[in-house]
Amino acid sequence: MKDQVIEILQNLTGSDEVGKDLDVNLFESGLLDSMGTVQLLLELQSQCGIDVPVSEFERSEWDTPNKIIAKVENMQ
Amino acid sequence: MPNIQPYQNPTYFLILGVALLPIMIGMLFGKKLHWYQTLISFAFLVLTFGGVKWEQGIALIGYIVFEVCLIGLYHLYRKKKNATWVFCSAVILAIIPLVIVKVTPAFENGQVALIGFLGISYLTFKVVQMIMEIRDGIIKEFKPWLVLQFLLFFPTISSGPIDRYRRFVKDYNKIVTRDKYLNLLDKAVWYIFLGFLYKFILAYYFGSRLQPMVAQLALSHGGMSWWVVAYTYVYSMHLFFDFAGYSLFAVGISYIMGIETPMNFNRPFKAHNIKDFWNRWHMTLSFWFRDYIYMRLVFFIMKNKLIKSRITIANLGYLTLFLIMGFWHGVTWYYIVYGLFHACAIILCDAWLRFKKKHQARIPSNKFTEGLAIFITFNTVCFSFLIFSGFLNVLFFHGTLN
Repeated sequence: MKDQVIEILQNLTGSDEVGKDLDVNLFESGLLDSMGTVQLLLELQSQCGIDVPVSEFERSEWDTPNKIIAKVENMQ
Repeated sequence: MPNIQPYQNPTYFLILGVALLPIMIGMLFGKKLHWYQTLISFAFLVLTFGGVKWEQGIALIGYIVFEVCLIGLYHLYRKKKNATWVFCSAVILAIIPLVIVKVTPAFENGQVALIGFLGISYLTFKVVQMIMEIRDGIIKEFKPWLVLQFLLFFPTISSGPIDRYRRFVKDYNKIVTRDKYLNLLDKAVWYIFLGFLYKFILAYYFGSRLQPMVAQLALSHGGMSWWVVAYTYVYSMHLFFDFAGYSLFAVGISYIMGIETPMNFNRPFKAHNIKDFWNRWHMTLSFWFRDYIYMRLVFFIMKNKLIKSRITIANLGYLTLFLIMGFWHGVTWYYIVYGLFHACAIILCDAWLRFKKKHQARIPSNKFTEGLAIFITFNTVCFSFLIFSGFLNVLFFHGTLN
């Protein structure tokens, strides 16, 4: 699961950094924006089968790869 | 009966300070005096919407009854079914009062609608947000009493910041430790005094002293002149210090009541680009637009694969968002142009960021380019405020201040 999320993030951000530093702040570093967020939610839905409504997405809870992995593992 | 508008004069702050004392003492001893909080909230609402403004008071009551019933009915429906058309109808019904209030002046020669009252836009944001979260199944229970507390929370009722229902309820019910509360009080005092500096000194100086002066000079000169440039910066400073000052009061007073209302401004003039600017300026409004309009629209388009290109989707999202924001400010040409201007600016900004990412190696990045970026952003923003101010409307079409 962890690898899958990292792969999704790498594809979305077009950068390897998310695989190297799992605590990088995705929004502050400019790797992810609202557009990328929506894509992330859609990918999580189609690849991992978890359904995150847009209103559930609170930026501060999803701003690093580690936090996203924890969220995904929690929701499965 | 007296009428006092929120945060307008020392008397209001004096009454507020006395009224909040029991809440502070209670909080220091780990108690929340909910009944007392309700009592003073009611008293302050009467102060704002009573007396000479009684018509607004009636409008507020009618509005609240209508919206709370709407939320309750939609919640009841959503427990059983989830049709899109019902959801859309609920949102449309929720915004109808606001639409009437915004459209009336444009068609009735500036006359205001009878159903309007101070803060109707901010309440509408809160209601629409609740309906959307009920649809998403995130708000599961409908508790009319808490909905009323959320909508009518008096420190933020007139102009925000726009809080979120789930966040508000969490704070409303939470008992904070003495240390944590002292920390909140500490911040509250700082915010309120900073607010005094912003609103009663700086905004007063720019807005009541300089602004009429440069406006007069610009008008007597006529057409484009350096006085219009001066007006641009004076107005921008007035706008920022007035609204940021007000927001600091609202946040500070919320903290005293144990509610951590989100901040509205984060040094907006330090922004490096327009996107950054909207993450720092009137943040609760821009985040509302981001979360409830932009992201939902983008999600809808992508999920249904209506448009292929990511760039087109993003740009369409920006245009929609800023056009709605323009209309929300009011149905006049300058608010709509203001919205379009920001949409174009952010589309350009995105294009530049893509270009920069691609040619990272060849584009220098140092203290000088950073300063230049801040300079360009600041001036773009100030120019947009000149449009927003409506001064060009006076300058081009009327020639005098009325």
